[in-house]
Amino acid sequence: MILIVVEHDQGALRKSAFELVGLGRSLAIASGARLAALVLSAAGDDLASELARYLDEVHLVRDARLDPPRAETVTRAVAHAAQTLGADVVLLPASRAGLAYGPRVALRLCGSLLEDVTSVTFEGDTVVATRPAYLARVSATVVAKAKPVVVSVKPGAAPIAALADTSGRVHPLAVPFAAEDLRLEPSARQAVVKGRVALEEADVVVCGGRGLGSAEAFERQVVGLADRLGAGVGATRAVVDAGWRPYVEQIGQTGKTVTPKLFLALGVSGAVQHLSGMNRSGVIVAVNKDADAPIFRVTDYGIVGDVHEVVPALAAALEGPD
Amino acid sequence: MTIVTIVKQVPEAEARVRVQGGALDLAGATFVLDGMDEYGVEQALRLREAGEASEIVAVGYGPRETEQALRTALAMGADRAVLLEASGLDDPLTVALALAEVVREAGADLVLVGGKQADWDSAALGPALAEALGWPHVDWATAFTLSGQAFESVHEIDDGSETLRGSLPLVVTTQQGLNEPRYPTLPNIMKANRKPLDVRPAATEESRSAARSYAVVERERRRVVLEGDASSAASELVRRLRDEAKVLG
Ligand SMILES: Cc1cc2nc3c(=O)[nH]c(=O)nc-3n(C[C@H](O)[C@H](O)[C@H](O)COP(=O)(O)OP(=O)(O)OC[C@H]3O[C@@H](n4cnc5c(N)ncnc54)[C@H](O)[C@@H]3O)c2cc1C
Repeated sequence: MILIVVEHDQGALRKSAFELVGLGRSLAIASGARLAALVLSAAGDDLASELARYLDEVHLVRDARLDPPRAETVTRAVAHAAQTLGADVVLLPASRAGLAYGPRVALRLCGSLLEDVTSVTFEGDTVVATRPAYLARVSATVVAKAKPVVVSVKPGAAPIAALADTSGRVHPLAVPFAAEDLRLEPSARQAVVKGRVALEEADVVVCGGRGLGSAEAFERQVVGLADRLGAGVGATRAVVDAGWRPYVEQIGQTGKTVTPKLFLALGVSGAVQHLSGMNRSGVIVAVNKDADAPIFRVTDYGIVGDVHEVVPALAAALEGPD
Repeated sequence: MTIVTIVKQVPEAEARVRVQGGALDLAGATFVLDGMDEYGVEQALRLREAGEASEIVAVGYGPRETEQALRTALAMGADRAVLLEASGLDDPLTVALALAEVVREAGADLVLVGGKQADWDSAALGPALAEALGWPHVDWATAFTLSGQAFESVHEIDDGSETLRGSLPLVVTTQQGLNEPRYPTLPNIMKANRKPLDVRPAATEESRSAARSYAVVERERRRVVLEGDASSAASELVRRLRDEAKVLG
């Protein structure tokens, strides 16, 4: 059977949950396997009920010890559910959390891990996936050799599932947490101010680099343009290191991977480590004053010019009549 | 207290990675100590300088050339090194099980490992190693302090950051922001050549997953440069995004 682990935030299922349902459904159809979803929650069961409108079988672990989430409690719960339900494949989101508990679950189940994949299929009985490697300069086809197979799926790798004509059942599941699952004491969670679309979920991303020159200019030009476009805000490491923007906005090898329909790179040079986080975007636009900047090698539309002139002009053009 | 710091030898970020008939071609690439692991080596050195650690063991897994990365760690200041020699690019779970043996043998209470590998683009080794040891882990640490057995660490999570407290043993995955790694000095590079480096074959089980083939991912890009002054280039860009690429409403 195929088990999907869904993530939620502030009482709402994340976009990745619907992507995993879509992916799970097509894998279940292709293999004839049973499909179920797992919800881990410290409070209410609304999320599980919502999910039950998308698939027939939903398992809910409701336990106060899941808040705040820790890699170890989540590992315990997912491994327990996979074992109890007899999962052959566990699909989970390749979020920062998923990348941390995924390997633990795979090892605890004596199975295998296909990590951060961009596609996954069955070849007969074998699970095969593609994933980036070498700072996303290549894509590798990887084959699982031990079961069960834990697969962490990159955001944006699968289309969003449509509502199914179903009213599935929610099954409560108790997990035998152990004292050792609670060894780390989380405190002081600093959520970064929200109110803007999450970077990995955005259709448009506006990303600024050191070429902006200052935190104030970044706020005015990059954030200003993003607000106008309803876009997510991204930054390069140079910008984060300079303290202009928080780390959660960093895109690249050590930051986030984004695949929006439109990516605008403003004052970004296009270092390999940065490209690895955005080179699978749909359409890429760059504004850079240096015509030889490496970013222009991966762009669809480029403007050679000063961000301080081009970005206001762009804002004006967006206002204008179509 | 002994700290193990895991190091990996990877192709430089600027290296050209080619694919020939589905196989990877890294001919001509320069290999270096993975930048993400350098933060771990540096953190271990700082903990020793603060009197919190007595011994630092750099441990590598991979082909014989990994010795170079280990020598770099020794030149930065690690006391000794162990290389588990293995030919292939084994999956992180398999590697973690092999490394766990070395960690136990060294009697370490703290393991530092790079947050994401620059070859396999994997963030799995740290959590897998913690699982193999039965220890907790902190991933993507940007701050780490130790006082006896008690630690406090700030790490990055999906929507921000979080502070974690606990007591050793622990695996920490390291990244930028944690510290500024030092450069080895020439005398220390000379000294590093005399430090013990123990090479042994990795006694690993069969890999649990494997790469079958590779492909270059470069997407075709239009690569149009829009000419003219800022305002005409901007108008042309908006027109093309609407009419040609159809990504703006
Ligand atoms: C282990 C490791 C991991 C890394 N991980 C990441 C990562 O996750 N993400 C990441 O982004 N980087 C990462 N890096 C860093 C990366 O190598 C680059 O240093 C970084 O991406 C550069 O950021 P930048 O493009 O903003 O700055 P720069 O390289 O300084 O480029 C600034 C650009 O702005 C242009 N410019 C200047 N002024 C103007 C103007 N007025 N108008 C228009 N253009 C202008 C310049 O021509 C230049 O091209 C990593 C590095 C290492 C070693």
